[in-house]
Amino acid sequence: MPADFVPLLLMLALAAGLALTLLLAARYLGPRRANPIKEGAYESGMDPIGTARQRYSVKFYLVAMIFIIFDVEVVFLYPWAVSFQEFLAAGEGIGVLAVVSIFILVLGVGLLYDIRKGGLEFD
Amino acid sequence: MLAESLFILLGTVSVVAALGMLIARNPVTSALWLILTLFCVAGLYLTLSAEFIAVVQVLVYAGAIMVLFLFVIMLLNLGALPQLEKMDWKKALGFVLCVIVLSQLVFIVATSLQLMPATATVAEDAGAATTIAKTLFTRHMLDFEMIGVLLLVATVGALMLAKRKFA
Repeated sequence: MPADFVPLLLMLALAAGLALTLLLAARYLGPRRANPIKEGAYESGMDPIGTARQRYSVKFYLVAMIFIIFDVEVVFLYPWAVSFQEFLAAGEGIGVLAVVSIFILVLGVGLLYDIRKGGLEFD
Repeated sequence: MLAESLFILLGTVSVVAALGMLIARNPVTSALWLILTLFCVAGLYLTLSAEFIAVVQVLVYAGAIMVLFLFVIMLLNLGALPQLEKMDWKKALGFVLCVIVLSQLVFIVATSLQLMPATATVAEDAGAATTIAKTLFTRHMLDFEMIGVLLLVATVGALMLAKRKFA
């Protein structure tokens, strides 16, 4: 177990504890006087129409797919970013930079394709 | 000692969260339980000193894949879901007890036949991002570029699938 991650654990515990405390405190300390208007769904002041459980357009799904692809790209850039100084010290800086640049260029073609095809536009 | 107790804590929470994911009625609640499971698995990776995998687990699985899951839930017509059966608690308890007995039996048989794998020791920095970077960007750079091409194909494929005009 890398000891460097103990602060991270503490932060996670603090965040979870704070969120739980606030939620439970609001639930048990606050007054709860429910009425149908308060319990209803908020639709910008209008009366709610129909059900919220509709099928959504596939366009949202496309955005999610493109997000995942570029997320994976960033995941591959992360080891490069944290160890670039070591590569520089070993004299491999330019070579590794070229490797990563080609990678980003290849994915840049994908981004360009998306923009040109209108994949990022909502119509 | 710390690592062991962390392992037990994270393992228990991840199993409980996985059960919660299976039992939850609302698909979105299921997805939230799955996020807890994925976070706990990331913590398990950390205790095994696979730091890079842990970070990727949180970034890609708990982040991106969960977004995709939620979009799939939104795409499905949830209003048309059939009414789910009530869970039979006796059956569930019986199943859990059976699993416990089976795992004990398998453990006893495996240890008596000396089939249990020996505990492996790995270097402290074996899973660090810098260790992975050292080989990924030098010896395996062609594979790295191939990953880039694969991601490009995925981008184009996603666009082709979603933008196709269905007549």
